[in-house]
Amino acid sequence: MTAATARGSRLAAGGRGRSALLTSLLVFPATLWYVALLVAPLAIVVIFSFGTRAKNGGYAPALTLDNYADLLNRPEPFVNSLVMATAGTVGCLLVGLPLAYYLATRAGSRKNVLLLLLVIPFWTSFLIRTYAWLLIFNPDTGIPGIVKLLTGAEFRVRGTPIAVLVGLVYGYLPLMVFPLYVTLERLDRTLLEASKDLGAGRWATFRQITLPIALPGLVTGSILVFIPMMGEYVIPAILGYGQFYMMGNALVSSFLEARNWPAGSARAVGLIAVMLVTVTFYLWFVNRGRRTRETSVL
Amino acid sequence: MAAAVVDESRHVSGRARGGGQIADVRIEGVTKEFGPVTAVDQMTLEIASGEFYSLLGPSGCGKTTTLRMIAGFEQPTAGEIFLAGSPVAGVPPYKRNVNTVFQHYALFPHMDVAQNVGYGLRQRGSPKAEEARRVGEALDLVRLSGYGTRRTWELSGGQQQRVALARALVNHPTVLLLDEPLGALDLKLRKEMQLELKALQREVGITFVYVTHDQEEALTMSDVIVVMNHGRIQQLGGPTELYERPVNLFVSNFIGVSNPMPGRVMEIGPDHSAVVETDRGLRLRGTITDPAVRPGIGTSVTVATRPERLTVLPGEAREPAAPGEVDVPGRIHQGTYLGDQTEYRVTTDLAGELIVRRQNAAGVGTGEGVGPGDPVVVRWHEEANLILVG
Repeated sequence: MTAATARGSRLAAGGRGRSALLTSLLVFPATLWYVALLVAPLAIVVIFSFGTRAKNGGYAPALTLDNYADLLNRPEPFVNSLVMATAGTVGCLLVGLPLAYYLATRAGSRKNVLLLLLVIPFWTSFLIRTYAWLLIFNPDTGIPGIVKLLTGAEFRVRGTPIAVLVGLVYGYLPLMVFPLYVTLERLDRTLLEASKDLGAGRWATFRQITLPIALPGLVTGSILVFIPMMGEYVIPAILGYGQFYMMGNALVSSFLEARNWPAGSARAVGLIAVMLVTVTFYLWFVNRGRRTRETSVL
Repeated sequence: MAAAVVDESRHVSGRARGGGQIADVRIEGVTKEFGPVTAVDQMTLEIASGEFYSLLGPSGCGKTTTLRMIAGFEQPTAGEIFLAGSPVAGVPPYKRNVNTVFQHYALFPHMDVAQNVGYGLRQRGSPKAEEARRVGEALDLVRLSGYGTRRTWELSGGQQQRVALARALVNHPTVLLLDEPLGALDLKLRKEMQLELKALQREVGITFVYVTHDQEEALTMSDVIVVMNHGRIQQLGGPTELYERPVNLFVSNFIGVSNPMPGRVMEIGPDHSAVVETDRGLRLRGTITDPAVRPGIGTSVTVATRPERLTVLPGEAREPAAPGEVDVPGRIHQGTYLGDQTEYRVTTDLAGELIVRRQNAAGVGTGEGVGPGDPVVVRWHEEANLILVG
C-alpha cells in the first residue's frame, strides 16, 4: 500500500470513528429514557409477579408461581379485554375505512376541514369526552330516555358491553383513520383506472387493488388502536358503570384496592404476553405471501 | 370528415378482420365540455380495423380526452361513439373490449409481472392453465419471457413499458389505446420502442390508437395521423400526405418546419393552382393544398415551403432562373451544422427569414464558402409552394 492510500484509509477510519461517536451521542438520551422508564419498570413488574403479598399489602420477596395460577382461575377480565379490543378494532375499521376512503378520494376541497374536525376532539380531555357519552347513555335524560318517552320501549345501554364498545370506537377512531387516509391518499388513481380498463368492476377493483395497496395503513391503524384498547381503563370504568371489567380495571383493583402487587404484576405480565402473541400472529397473518417494497408495516 | 383513405401499400395482407366493413371505432359529432372549456368540439372520425392511428396535437388539443372517451373514462357531452358498430354511451370501461396503455404504465405495485399481465384474464375468469399460457405468450411477444416472477419496480422504464403493453394485448382488445406511452423514456430508447411498437402492431393486427404530441413519433409509426388543435381535427391522412400537403398553417407548422409567407390570391389557375402575391411583393405560383376549399381572388392565404426544398447558391449574381424556379437574394444570417445536414437561416428582403436545409452528402461537406454575412441566392421550384388557406 502506498503512503497516500494508507493515509487516505486512516482518514476514512478516523471519520468512521467520529461518526460512530456522534451516533452514540445522539442515541444516548433515547436509550437512557428507554432503559430507565421502560425496561427497568418492566423488569420490576416481572420480579414482583413471582413474589407474594406483604402483610399490609404491597410486595414481599418470594419465588412462587401462585400468582400466575391464580390468573387462570379468573380469566374474565382477560377475555373481556381481548374480545372488546378485537371488536373495537373491527368497529374502527368498519367506520374508519369508508371515512378515510371518502376523505382521500372524494372529499375534494372539504378535505382539510373534515380532517380538522377529526382532530379537534383530541384537544378536549379524553375523560370529559367519555363522560359525555355517559350523558348520552343516561336512562332518563339520554337516548334511552328519549326513546322511552317516544315509544315506551325500555332498554339499557349504560353499564353494558355495547356502551364500552361505542366508547372504544369513538375514542380510538382517529388513530385508525389517519394511517388509512395516508395510504389511500398516496394511492395512484390511474391504477384504479387501469384495473377498470382491464375488466374489473368497482368492487373487484377495491378488493384487488385498493385494499391490498392500503394494507400497510390498515395494519398500522389496527395495531395503533388494538394495543391501547387492550389496556384500556377509563372507558370501561366510566361507561361500564362498575358492571363491566377489562384488564385495566382488574389491574387497578389489584394494585389500589386489594393492594396485592404480585397478583397485579402477574396480570400485567399476562396482558403484555397476550398482546405480543396477538399482534405477532396478526402481522404474520396479513403479511403471509406478501412481497412488497414496504418490509415493515409500522 | 370521411373515413381515412389509406393507400393499399400500407395494408399487410391477412390483417383484415371481421370483413373490415365496420369501423372499429366511430366517433360521430362528439363534443366534450369540462365546465366552460370545450375539450373536444364536434369531432367525427372513423378508425379502420387493423390500422395504426395517431392523434397528434399540442397539449390541451383534446387528444387525450378523445382517447379517454373511447376507453370509457369520460362520457361525451354530445354525440355518439361506436365500438365495433355498437353505441357505447354509458357502458363502463370494464365492459368495453378496449384496453389502454397508460402514460406512466400504471402497473400494479403489489403484483409481479405475470400477475400484472394476467389481471385482465382473471377478471374474466379464465382458467389458471389458460392464463399461464396466454401470459407466457404475451411476455414472449414483448420479449420479456422469463420475467414473470419479477417485481415491476425492479424493471427499467422500457421493460415496464413492455409489461404494460403485454397486460393490454393479452386480452385481445378490439382497439388498443396508447396515451403517450413513450413519454417517460429517453430519446434512444424511445426511438427503438417506436419501431418495435410499429412491428408489434403489424404482428398482432390490432387497431392502435396512439396519442402523442411528438410529430416525429407520429410520422414514424402511423398509418393515419389525425392532427388536432383546439378540440377539432385539423387534418387526417398518412404521414407523407400530411407533410407534403398540409391543409393549413397549423398543420404545416406542427408537422415539420416551414417557411410561411403571407399574401393574397391574384389568379386562380387549373388543377387547384393559384398565383399569390406575398405581402413583400413576391409573385408565387403554387398549389392550394386543401382540396375542399376554393379561395376567391384577393383571399388572404399563406405560401409555405419546406426547408429541404430550397437551395442556397453562393454569390450575388446568378444565371437567370429556369422557368418555374424562384430566386430570392439575401444574406446568410446563421449556418448550423447538424451532422447529417446543415441548416441556414437566410435574411431576405422579398421573403423575410428563410430556413434552408441541405443534406451533407459525401463531398458536399460543410457548406464551405458560405458563412454568416455572405450574400447568397435562395432558389426553389414553384412545385414546392404550398398555398394554405386558413
